[in-house]
Amino acid sequence: MNPTLTDIIRDGLWNNNPGLVQLLGLCPLLAISGTMVNAIGLGIATTLTLLLSNVLVSLIRRHARPEIRIPVYVLIIASIVTAIELAMNAWFHGLFLILGIFIPLIVTNCAIIGRAEAFASRNSVPRAALDGLMMGLGFTGVLIALGALREVLGQGTLMDNAHLLFGEWGHAMTIQIYPSEHGFLLALLPPGAFMAMGLLIAAKNWIDQHTATEPEPAADESRAEASETT
Amino acid sequence: MQQVLMALVPGTLAMTWFFGWGVLVNVLLGVLFAVAFEAAMVAARKRPVMATLADNSAIVTGWLFALAIPPLAPFWVTLIGIAFAIIVAKHLYGGLGYNPFNPAMVGYVVVLVSFPREMALWPAPSTLPESPLTLLQTLQTVLTGSLPGAQAWDAVTRATPLDAMREGLVSGRTVGEITASPLFGSFTETGWEWVGNFFLLGGLYLLFRRIIHWHIPVAVILGVAIPAGFFWLLDPDSFASPAFHVFSGAVIIGAFFIATDPVSASTTPLGRILYGAGIGVLIFVIRTWGGYPDAVAFAVLLMNMVAPTLDHLTRPRIFGRTRGGPPPGDDRA
Repeated sequence: MNPTLTDIIRDGLWNNNPGLVQLLGLCPLLAISGTMVNAIGLGIATTLTLLLSNVLVSLIRRHARPEIRIPVYVLIIASIVTAIELAMNAWFHGLFLILGIFIPLIVTNCAIIGRAEAFASRNSVPRAALDGLMMGLGFTGVLIALGALREVLGQGTLMDNAHLLFGEWGHAMTIQIYPSEHGFLLALLPPGAFMAMGLLIAAKNWIDQHTATEPEPAADESRAEASETT
Repeated sequence: MQQVLMALVPGTLAMTWFFGWGVLVNVLLGVLFAVAFEAAMVAARKRPVMATLADNSAIVTGWLFALAIPPLAPFWVTLIGIAFAIIVAKHLYGGLGYNPFNPAMVGYVVVLVSFPREMALWPAPSTLPESPLTLLQTLQTVLTGSLPGAQAWDAVTRATPLDAMREGLVSGRTVGEITASPLFGSFTETGWEWVGNFFLLGGLYLLFRRIIHWHIPVAVILGVAIPAGFFWLLDPDSFASPAFHVFSGAVIIGAFFIATDPVSASTTPLGRILYGAGIGVLIFVIRTWGGYPDAVAFAVLLMNMVAPTLDHLTRPRIFGRTRGGPPPGDDRA
């Protein structure tokens, strides 16, 4: 019931990764991972939302009545996302235009309400904050891996449009790996996102199988709870 | 599978005659890549390599894929397509006998969707006055992806009849005006109809040897011809004739060689007829109202998805029992 801090970190980044294991929030994950910069942008926004919502939910966990806790969580998440959306519109306007509807849609990302319900509502504030951060980083990691894979295959570049995220010097970060007219178009299209996601999950399972030495932490409760809230 | 390979020979030779050495080069490359990937995947899955290769299914996949792509497509198109066909469509699903989709068509659709420019490099049929590429020039083109000397792609390649028909209809000309061009023979473009005839020959050989059953090819061809004929009779100016549809593109080779893939097709008699007819109708629908000039691969893949359901719904009556009667072994009847 009371996971250690290492468990929280390992769960978020690997064992119970929201993208690869819980398969939550697949809609933005698949739709936005066309390039690495988009992936990083959405990843940061999602991580921030997870962190703040976990902290706030953990703070009110003794005051919110159980009958209305879900609407309360949704209200909290929606306010946070609105704030992040306005901030991105102000400071990363180019990226904001590309990410478009997927920023407001973070509200409906099951990974966030899942963590609020499964973890933050029954743990102390620092632990909830750590869990939110680690889950967010895990999600961002999958987004970036998927984005890099699809960008390299699809248009032969890495970090294209980086200036949208890092300012003018970001232009220098774009790496052209091969001429873009031979791009593997399928990787940029929706079926390519699904295939690449499947390959990433397969790779994770393969690594797990080949490194399985220590037994799994007994009765992985947060995983069972998370799947209930999807 | 050897019989299938033999039956592919006349059509392949006819294609080589009309479209140049590129056809043979592609077939060679396709078979080579397919066998190499098959061997690698079988070895990675720790299965007996030589025994598995002996079923020749990889050769058929590579060969069919090579016939589907343009003869002048660069070699890496073949490489990527075959890699998808053998690794993803075949072995990730468990190898021969377990693949729900036709591997050659999965590979073809992947490259068709991904590389629209390379997939349009169909050379002009050799009945036209332009000088065809020699064997060496073809090899150079396929391996480097650019034409030898100062030749321009536009001089060597041209629209396929289905492309020409589609473009013509979109730009508002009538079917009569389009087919009046000297490139068109009695049904479709001169080269294409002969290629179709020779694949038909190979297909009839397969039927004669009982390698395939008549249901799927007949149903595919009727599935294309009947809706095409209906719309052609309604408005012969904006819909091509059924003969044009049947002898253009990949309908004949698709009906006899691709749709009849024993693994991914339906297996009951009625199921086969429905499966073939579905492919035929989808070919006509996608060609006429869809975004691509030819549609055999899409139609086959779509019907592959339906095949298990068709098998389930069309199970034949067990001999000696009534339809819906108790299963065998149950002696209440």
